[in-house]
Amino acid sequence: MEFLLAIITGLLYAAGLYMMLRRSLVKLIIGLIIISNGANLLIFLLGRITKGHPPIIPGDSKIFTEIYADPVPQALILTAIVISFGLQSFAIILIKRAYQVVKTDDLDEMNTIEEDYK
Amino acid sequence: MQQLLLYPLLFQLFLSIFLMFFWKKIDAQKIISIVGGFIAVFLSGVLFYTVWNSGIQTVQAASWEAPYGITFVADTLSATLVLLTSIAGLAVSFFSSASVIPARLRFGYFPIYHFLLLGLTGAFLTGDIFNLYVWFEIIIISSFVLITLGGEKAQIEGAVKYFTLNILASIIFLTAIAVLYGLAGSLNMADLATIIPQLENRKLVEVAAILFLVGFGIKSAVFPLYFWLPASYHTPPSAVAAIFGGLLTKVGVYALIRVFTLIFLEDVFLDQILIVIAVLTLFSGAIGSLVQKNVRKIFSYLIICHIGFMIAGLGMGTEIAFAGMVFYLIHDIMVKTNLFMVSGLIYRIKGTNNVRFLGDLYDKFPKLSLLMFIPLLSLIGVPPFSGFWPKVSLITASLNEKNYIILGAIIFGSLLTLIIITRLWANVFWKKGKELTKRDHFLYFQKMTKAKKIQFLVPIIMLAGVSLYIGFGAEHMQQLSNRIASELIDNTQYIEAVIPQNN
Amino acid sequence: MKTLILRTASNYLLPILLLISIFILLRGHYLPGGGFVGGLIASIAFVLHAFANGLKNTKRLLKFHPGYLMPVGLAVSFLSGVLPVIGFDEPFMTGLWMHDAIPVLGKLGTALFFDIGVYIVVQGVTLTIIFTISESA
Repeated sequence: MEFLLAIITGLLYAAGLYMMLRRSLVKLIIGLIIISNGANLLIFLLGRITKGHPPIIPGDSKIFTEIYADPVPQALILTAIVISFGLQSFAIILIKRAYQVVKTDDLDEMNTIEEDYK
Repeated sequence: MQQLLLYPLLFQLFLSIFLMFFWKKIDAQKIISIVGGFIAVFLSGVLFYTVWNSGIQTVQAASWEAPYGITFVADTLSATLVLLTSIAGLAVSFFSSASVIPARLRFGYFPIYHFLLLGLTGAFLTGDIFNLYVWFEIIIISSFVLITLGGEKAQIEGAVKYFTLNILASIIFLTAIAVLYGLAGSLNMADLATIIPQLENRKLVEVAAILFLVGFGIKSAVFPLYFWLPASYHTPPSAVAAIFGGLLTKVGVYALIRVFTLIFLEDVFLDQILIVIAVLTLFSGAIGSLVQKNVRKIFSYLIICHIGFMIAGLGMGTEIAFAGMVFYLIHDIMVKTNLFMVSGLIYRIKGTNNVRFLGDLYDKFPKLSLLMFIPLLSLIGVPPFSGFWPKVSLITASLNEKNYIILGAIIFGSLLTLIIITRLWANVFWKKGKELTKRDHFLYFQKMTKAKKIQFLVPIIMLAGVSLYIGFGAEHMQQLSNRIASELIDNTQYIEAVIPQNN
Repeated sequence: MKTLILRTASNYLLPILLLISIFILLRGHYLPGGGFVGGLIASIAFVLHAFANGLKNTKRLLKFHPGYLMPVGLAVSFLSGVLPVIGFDEPFMTGLWMHDAIPVLGKLGTALFFDIGVYIVVQGVTLTIIFTISESA
């Protein structure tokens, strides 16, 4: 399972970076989304995958008696997902706006030389 | 009063929420923002005073004990930076209320601006590496909104680059956190500081360290990761550029300092990388600045150049180098914020920021020019202005270390700054200017009402005053930076304050 | 969309989904659920309504711009976090709990109010984003 996840994480990073290196803005955003999913998966992977109970101690005992899953990576992923939800929606609106203003989605053409004062 | 250190943080949060209730009422927002700025300065002043007198303060958020919950820590470095943030924040509040056009203010400029300050304050105060990530995200989301607000063509183009590289930096930062958590199983920085040196797997620790270096390196705009900065910082209104130039890159530097003085220690390889980066940053920033024609682009490249000084101090890693680095950080926040406001003032007077069309300023506005001369002199570091003293410490440190490459780079960087600023002064203030055609629908400084002029000048005077104090009261600042440096060198104080049972 | 089935169904689905969202919000403390998911479900209810009946009708149903929900929700969350600081000199966000349970809801604490704030903010943010995108399309 770990091996598979490691390969998938690597693939996601590679695919994301490849998409980010394209010139099209839409592909750039897709790349960002993919690579942040890769990061989330990496946290999940490195937080050790355990098949266990939720980390809630029964009321009558003081310590864990059974194997439990580490809740921290999940909390981290959840936070990261929520943050990237906001960032991605901003990104989509930004590229839409950029397309309307600059009339292109090619990053190479987004280098207008500033107009000098006349 | 136990939670004293949270007050600056909570107050900024309160302010931004409160401002959101006045979404359409710009005048009310201006007043709230400025009054709030004063209160924030007061609160962070109290925090600084407490930390100075009674040592490192900590709060365990939600009462969860240290390695498990999120800890907020205010050591002297954090408290100083929070104080500087609130001072720069107050100045920029003033400046925004005078200089940003109402069309932009109507789209929630002030609430977002205070969210940015909240993120900065939080990043300086947190003692948890993942929480640092969250504060960074708050900073970049607010900065995205501020940089695109208005939606002009140049702004959007700059924003796309700024946006992409900053998100990439966050993702790399997140990856680094993942690796670190996988290695150490903890996120509390003080806890990490005790766990990481004992780990067997040094190679992976180094990978994590390099990932942090790249992530924070993009944010603090070091060579070769700085390209987003000059592409975007000249596009937003000068008030926004002021807070960005003054604080956004510095928060990256702060994170580098925190991570590399607390968690990843005694790594010769890393120190060498840092030194190489510092030298190249100094060179590329200075040379990049030489060829620019736009005042704001010149300042943007100078930001990059001067980040090099701080990274050099971090790379040398001796106490005296740290003192120089911290002093430079303090000086740089004040001066860079002020410089972008000065560029805004020049823009308001002349209607352009292009050096070729500027001129005559000293002839027409001698008093204003003298005022603008103060930050410029501080930037160059003419003794006894503020930029001089940290360079003394840095040069002494490099001589002690016998590290002549750093020494050469520091002197080169200072010299080129001198050349650039002198040329700027000659071109903008002394040269005989062309008669420019007046723009319609543009509020020139000369045509403003007296009250508005004062509003424009107060923040510049205020920060110039702070810069002068840093320069002439260098004794106090040196004392402060020495104390911070000793805290950075000896991280046991920090760890002890966060996890007391750790003996 | 002009499907009769969807339009008829969405009128009934809206209150049911809203009820489910509140249920998810309330069970969130010990079980999967909580303010974020609840808020998303509630906003999906409105988005579904907008799909079926058009954006204008949904806006008329809402009566105010969803953007106004953001400061309200933030204020609720902020107050629940700051209450222990002001009232009890405990660290920020420390959970305060009532001693006696209330029927249906169970024991009330500041965590619930924090979650309610999140619920409101998430609705405000999501609806604002989706309305903005679909309006300018």
